[in-house]
Amino acid sequence: MNIHEYQAKELLARFGVPVPEGRVAETVEDVREAARALGGGVVVKAQIHAGGRGKGGGIKLADGPDAAADHAAAMLGKPLVTPQTGARGRIVRKVYVTRALNIDHEYYLGLLIDRAASKLLVMASAEGGVEIEKVAAETPEKLLKLHVDPIAGYLPWAGRRLGYGLGLAPAEVNAFVKLLGGLIKCFERCDASLVEINPLVRTPQGELFALDAKINLDDNGLGRHADLAELRDLHEEEPLEVEASRVGLNYIKLDGTVGCMVNGAGLAMATMDIIDLAGARPANFLDVGGGASKEAVTKAFQILLKDPDVRAVLVNIFGGIVRCDRVAEGVIAAAREVALDVPLVVRLQGTNAKQARALLEQSKLPLEVAEELDEAARKVVAAAGGTR
Amino acid sequence: MSVLVDAGTRVLVQGMTGSEGSFHTEQMIAAGTRVVAGVTPGKGGTVHLGVPVFHTVAEAVCQTGANASVVFVPSRFAADAVLEAAEAGIPLVVAITEGIPVLDMLRVQNALARDGRTRLIGPNCPGIITPGRCKIGIMPAEIHVPGTIGVISSSGTLTYEAVDQISRIGMGQSTCIGIGGDPIIGSPFTSLLPLFEADPQTEAVVLIGEIGGTAEEEAAAYVREHMRKPVVAFIAGATAPPGRRMGHAGAIISGGKGTAAEKKQALTEAGITVVDSPAEIGVSVSRLVGRS
Repeated sequence: MNIHEYQAKELLARFGVPVPEGRVAETVEDVREAARALGGGVVVKAQIHAGGRGKGGGIKLADGPDAAADHAAAMLGKPLVTPQTGARGRIVRKVYVTRALNIDHEYYLGLLIDRAASKLLVMASAEGGVEIEKVAAETPEKLLKLHVDPIAGYLPWAGRRLGYGLGLAPAEVNAFVKLLGGLIKCFERCDASLVEINPLVRTPQGELFALDAKINLDDNGLGRHADLAELRDLHEEEPLEVEASRVGLNYIKLDGTVGCMVNGAGLAMATMDIIDLAGARPANFLDVGGGASKEAVTKAFQILLKDPDVRAVLVNIFGGIVRCDRVAEGVIAAAREVALDVPLVVRLQGTNAKQARALLEQSKLPLEVAEELDEAARKVVAAAGGTR
Repeated sequence: MSVLVDAGTRVLVQGMTGSEGSFHTEQMIAAGTRVVAGVTPGKGGTVHLGVPVFHTVAEAVCQTGANASVVFVPSRFAADAVLEAAEAGIPLVVAITEGIPVLDMLRVQNALARDGRTRLIGPNCPGIITPGRCKIGIMPAEIHVPGTIGVISSSGTLTYEAVDQISRIGMGQSTCIGIGGDPIIGSPFTSLLPLFEADPQTEAVVLIGEIGGTAEEEAAAYVREHMRKPVVAFIAGATAPPGRRMGHAGAIISGGKGTAAEKKQALTEAGITVVDSPAEIGVSVSRLVGRS
């Protein structure tokens, strides 16, 4: 789960990571008031779940309350387009007003899970404020990496090694050691999957601040953090995806025309891939769950049909422990209930697949039955109006 | 011969008395598996589905000689269950549970590495089966046929699809292992490929990976250096958008890394037969071992 910058900074501050003082606001008047309370120069930052906000005009410096209010007026309620949002952008509903800092140098500091090593990995670079993937690809020697020892935990030497490696002065290194400790504690206590500070800045006075912050939380850990689960902002998610998640379906909207309903995530991805190979684009990822019950299939049809781009639907279910004939009965009942208005191709394979195909053919529903995976893909692509 | 499990494997089920545990224990027994014990704290001393239930794993191992465990306990308690089994000295633990927090898995993984006695399969996986002899997990036994193809896969139903293709083409499987779709798993491809290479029953291996992480690239490097048996691979997620988790917690392209294209290239360069279409897994492997 993604959270906003202001939420990430509030969490970091709780664990002793220094962040510039700031206030979140939803109206122009609140922005003016926040800027007045902070005093001096401020930065107005659009709060959306996407990077590259500065490039899209979502981060503006203001010398006082009036200028801050003007910037906020240009952002609030309007779409912000950044390199990561797509052409339609995201509506800005909140801005974060923070005290402007004098910046002497920008660093990068990130914490993530190294899957191959099964350890927490700290990454730091004196080349901050730019895309870290670019630094990693072009000048990997400028990216410092260190694993957190899973048994001993974080120890100050690790912070010192990175701090001196970044070229910080001794007094700054002490602050860095503490800051990194707070960052790691935040990661562990919040069940995060990524914590990134880009940039971490040093002021001319030698103080360190997290100028920006990104935190991803592990969805599987949210069960033990009711307070963090509340940070979810449904506005940042595709409405159909929110609706699907409410009924327990795993659905991701894509940009194609062939809707697909599959049981299991791997087979769902493979089905998208074979639709693409057959010459059309998948409209979505949808895992209807291993058992593909009538209720789940009905809900899945309802979600798929709300996507106006869908021109045909492929149901691809592998019936194992739940036999195909049972799944067929569910699909038939669900198709009757939702009154499908686009062509439907159904492919059931696995245990009792023959009986299932007979049931589908006897149902008198306007659907096509397929036996093989590639055949199913060809049929649904043709039904959706052929190849692109 | 087979890999990791055979007719002599004595299986203990953690969380046997729950609904999932009960259902799949019955299925495992029906598939010929020797289920010797169940563990549910608080229900020790009872008998469930004809199998004795114990409070603790240590007690169950002591009384029944169980040498493999399968974990059906809910995600919040799953890390605890895996480590309890490891501490009791069980050499093979299969974790079916989905949704274990990744930091829990980090702890489990490092504890298992230090201990060194236990191999973990999963979590978030269908388990392991040697057709006709032993099934530890939730896969449908009916679609499997004893044979010579080894299958290692990140997925559940996509594995069944591949297994079914192999069976319908007239071949069968030596052992099939679902390794799980989480970012941190007990047994990545590289830790299982050597077992299939060494298994005299296995003629060829089907490897099914997906976007995210670098496990497939590591598998490619292993195959190139150490394997003589033919390998067919499919990578799911060529059409997946970056930055989105495709159902599995580990299936995500992040920072431009972990794409299907990169993985396919690494596998192809290692001499592996990579199929773009999931419909061609069975045909390709049969062609490779000269059966069509």
